[in-house]
Amino acid sequence: MTTARTKPLSSAEPGQLAQGSSWLGALRNRRLWLGVLGWTVACLIFFPIFWMVLTGFKTEAAAVADPSLIFSPTLDSYAEVQNRANYLHFALNSVVVAFGSTLLALLIAIPSAYSMAFLPTKRTKGTLLWMLSTKMLPPVGVLVPIYLLFRDTGLLDTRTGLIIVYTLMNLPIVVWMLYTFFKDMPKDILEAGRMDGASTLQEVLYLLLPLTLPGIASTGLLAVILSWNEAFWSLNLTSSQAAPLTAYIASFSSPEGLFWAKLSAASTMAIAPILVFGWLTQKQMVRGLTFGAVK
Amino acid sequence: MGLIMNKTRTAGRTVGGLRTLSLQAPAVSLLFLWMIVPLAMTVWFSLQRYNLLMPEMTGFAGLENYEYLFTDPALWSAMGTTLLMVGWVLVITVVGGTLLAVLFQQEFFGQGIARVLAISPFFVMPTVSALVWKNMMMHPANGVLSWVAESLGLPAVDWFSSLPLTSIIIIVAWQWLPFALLILLTAMQSLDEDQVEAARMDGAGPIAIFFFITLPHLKRAISVVIMIEMIFLLTIFAEIFVTTSGGPGLATTNLAYLIYIQALLDFDIGMASAGGVVAIILANIVAIFLVRMVAKNLES
Repeated sequence: MTTARTKPLSSAEPGQLAQGSSWLGALRNRRLWLGVLGWTVACLIFFPIFWMVLTGFKTEAAAVADPSLIFSPTLDSYAEVQNRANYLHFALNSVVVAFGSTLLALLIAIPSAYSMAFLPTKRTKGTLLWMLSTKMLPPVGVLVPIYLLFRDTGLLDTRTGLIIVYTLMNLPIVVWMLYTFFKDMPKDILEAGRMDGASTLQEVLYLLLPLTLPGIASTGLLAVILSWNEAFWSLNLTSSQAAPLTAYIASFSSPEGLFWAKLSAASTMAIAPILVFGWLTQKQMVRGLTFGAVK
Repeated sequence: MGLIMNKTRTAGRTVGGLRTLSLQAPAVSLLFLWMIVPLAMTVWFSLQRYNLLMPEMTGFAGLENYEYLFTDPALWSAMGTTLLMVGWVLVITVVGGTLLAVLFQQEFFGQGIARVLAISPFFVMPTVSALVWKNMMMHPANGVLSWVAESLGLPAVDWFSSLPLTSIIIIVAWQWLPFALLILLTAMQSLDEDQVEAARMDGAGPIAIFFFITLPHLKRAISVVIMIEMIFLLTIFAEIFVTTSGGPGLATTNLAYLIYIQALLDFDIGMASAGGVVAIILANIVAIFLVRMVAKNLES
């Protein structure tokens, strides 16, 4: 953008050069100040995360001392958190629940999104919107019955229970995102496959899925992120057996649990993979989070 | 209805309809169950006398639970708190998000990395962000904020006991500001650069361009941000759970936390369900508008 605007200046006549270069200088100056402002704001917003990562490398004594950037880093807190074998237990719960529910949601959503994108009927639009509307039911409105149903069926504090809840929680978004990715795919390719005698299943497995893999991957990542960070159901439906990292970190809130360095180390490990996923998929994520209303 | 109409058409269409039905059946039926069963149960429980601590008290209560709920000062306090939380977080995130989107749209050194840093809080799990703010930022003795205040010669603030609601609002706004920024930045990308350039040629200053070109262009994205945030913010839970537990008193108890207290701490299923129905109605008022907007977009 800016480079395009500066180009004509370089080919300007000599008489205009003086005026041009001062204009260019002003532009550079403006960009410099914008840079300073942008980076200041970004660093301020990121600061709590940065500080948490830093605190994870401090000793407990240094963690509660006056804030300081200079300290001798140690991996003690990480080692200690890992040694308390239960960290791995909670991390494993998070992994199983987030990836399990995502795979299940993809499995259920792919046929549905396929038929919506390639065999649309009069009711397709209505079905899509209805699916979205289920996402708007506040979880707290159905907490009581879900809790009682889970208690009576033995699903309380089990990974299976959480996987069921997260699958259903993310299903509308997953169907929606897959639908938009499938719809963007040129229809001729599937048409050609059908001409060559491919069955629906072959069509999906050998043409649709490989061609829309990036879209499916970002849909899956969004579902993983949402499940990994979910903290309403995990706090209410699990206690110890199936508690994922969100619930484990919450246990640090008790007053006697003031181990800041350990909390920081555990938190850093808990958010690191998701931060990376988030950075990788931010563009496609907008599609899923706004149901395509913002492009 | 739809099936009958299909049958009167050609055989091929009926087969297509059947195929659609079988492909969509798993997703649709599961979601239908997920929505209708708990919803019906919530409404049913809300009309029952049902307290897990008093098993002998059962039976149809009519609107008794609602009567208790609406005469309970805790409900009105929780509604007020909910409104304050939603309102302030919306103001901060929408105004801040718009300004940040304009800033990060400009070209400057390392703008991509700065953007990524600024949207990061959205990917941090709520319990982590709440605890980091509680222990490392807002702690009255060892927090960074009190250290900054002291360095500037100001008195340190005991955030969670003197400004509990403000503290929660700050934490939640910090999580959702990146969401608004992410959405609005995406919307900015479709802004017509030629139009901006033309306005600049006509002598429009940056402020005029912002109010007469950028803001109208972002109108739609901003309303989407507002509606989605409203639905999520209506039921903020984890941030309250790990920081203030709804206190001191009822200062930070919102509707979601009140229902949690009634259901899982007081075991009053009937009352909690009545609260749940209120939450559902509130969310639906917003949801109707959002779904309509998405529907309009589907047509175009």
